[in-house]
Amino acid sequence: MREDENRYETVIGLEVHLQLKANTKAFCGCSTLFGQKPNSQTCPVCLGFPGSLPVLNEEAFYSAVKVALALNCKIQDLIKFDRKNYYYPDLPKNFQISQYDMPLSYDGAIYITSGPEKGRKKIRIKRVHLEEDAGKLLHPEGANYSLVDYNRAGIPLLEIVTEPDINSPQEAYDYLTRLKAILEYLKVSDCDMEKGSLRCDANISIRVAGTDKLGTKVELKNMNTFKGVRLALEYEAKRQIALVEEGEKITQETRLWDAEKSLTTPMRTKEEAMDYRYFPEPDLVPFQVDKAVIEKIRRELPELPEAKAKRFSSEYGLSEYDANVITGQLEMADYFEECAKIYQNRKTIANWLMGDITAYLNAENLTIKQIGLSPSDLVGLFNMIDEGTISGKMAKEVLIEAMKKGIKPAEIVERRGLSQISDTAALERVVDAVLARNEKSVDDYRKGKKNALTYLIGQVMKDTNGTANPALVNVILKRRLGD
Amino acid sequence: MPLIDKRIVKHVALLSRLELNDRELELYSSQLASIIGYISKLNEIDTTNVPPTSHAASNLKNVFRKDVLRQSLDIKDVLSNAPARYDNFFKVPQVIEGK
Repeated sequence: MREDENRYETVIGLEVHLQLKANTKAFCGCSTLFGQKPNSQTCPVCLGFPGSLPVLNEEAFYSAVKVALALNCKIQDLIKFDRKNYYYPDLPKNFQISQYDMPLSYDGAIYITSGPEKGRKKIRIKRVHLEEDAGKLLHPEGANYSLVDYNRAGIPLLEIVTEPDINSPQEAYDYLTRLKAILEYLKVSDCDMEKGSLRCDANISIRVAGTDKLGTKVELKNMNTFKGVRLALEYEAKRQIALVEEGEKITQETRLWDAEKSLTTPMRTKEEAMDYRYFPEPDLVPFQVDKAVIEKIRRELPELPEAKAKRFSSEYGLSEYDANVITGQLEMADYFEECAKIYQNRKTIANWLMGDITAYLNAENLTIKQIGLSPSDLVGLFNMIDEGTISGKMAKEVLIEAMKKGIKPAEIVERRGLSQISDTAALERVVDAVLARNEKSVDDYRKGKKNALTYLIGQVMKDTNGTANPALVNVILKRRLGD
Repeated sequence: MPLIDKRIVKHVALLSRLELNDRELELYSSQLASIIGYISKLNEIDTTNVPPTSHAASNLKNVFRKDVLRQSLDIKDVLSNAPARYDNFFKVPQVIEGK
């Protein structure tokens, strides 16, 4: 990193597109199911046949209102749809139904925490509006044509745009993570970047730290993961700083992130500036949400991540950090709470969830619901440790096997004979045998070589294939050695 | 009031993916100029306090449909008007973003 980089400040705004979960498309009754036969979920409306008329999906509309309220936005008094006109094969009507000057909602904000030392930061949301998705284009390798599947065309899509309040690639990552958590809590979308139900574009510019004027911005596209967004922004900030340092100008353009090569390249642009010629969509009447309805939806919003984290801290005594991590995913938060109902040591639950379990889930790309380990199974494992049936170290092995095979931990312990020997009489017999064949060590210990004890404990553990309760072995040994 | 000239017609033609030759450019420029000229009579009316009309049915609001599945078209019908197809896809001239 150059010395000079610290002189600059990065200014980032993010634009997220989110497919709303609904049975049918935004303006027609076609299915929104992913991965079906190409063009099998299309009709005169979403194919833009002459004379067809769009009618708004009520469910999708109110999901959008829900998101807007969860992001602390104001709901527009009179909501209007507009046509955004451009010609591209993914757009069968040659316009996209979107919103221009009277979007669903505006002026919101969410808060991020970028590490304990940074505190809480407000990221303003400029607007959240409802539109329709475009079709999907395929470019077969080596072919001189492209293929179009319109199953995606017309799927309800939310556009969530921030103000340029984000000042580092890490903050962008934190914003996306928090936004996704909120959206998951609301249960309005799959939020699956791989399936394209959540997509993110970024605007980034740099300026000398402490100055107000925004630099020339570059739009970044084609990031397929949150980590990709962070990497692309890191690369782009460095590229822009290097240019300015060389005394060169930054071109306003759209650049594509190449994840394989880890760099951004300019997207070929038409010479003429885009001109979308927005105008009101005459086929859709305006929409208005009653103040009372808005308040009702607001009241019925679920507990959101930030509130839940706060409650987990106060109710279960979790640290702020732990509470934030656990509540970062609704499934994890619910799982924690199920465990907490039946197990008192909450810190233990949090540690196991955030440690071995999360590590396993990440490695296998699974969620906690997808593994066959119920909260009561996990608590059963904790109880076995507490009762001395198994050691903490063994518990970890049992846990991994339980997650992998979907077998209850208790059953694994039973089947593999992993129960610690906590039977005093049984252990005394083993200890006596060990002492009888290790006279030298016994002598050493009596002469004051205290570490001889460690050796003797090791021998007992070996004889019992590691199943002896180490604390009990310690007590018995010391008693036998006359301590 | 934008002046309709060949430059504007050329721009609009490009946005609409229309290819016009010089003779057509000339013809449409003068035709569009006279149409817009005629319509611009409307500008003589003072509309300072009149809100823009975006919909003919001005009293209608909140027209929704329930989120209920309806039968989609048969793929055969979907593709029956396609100039070119490949399997169940529409086939179009190559468009590759950013390459």
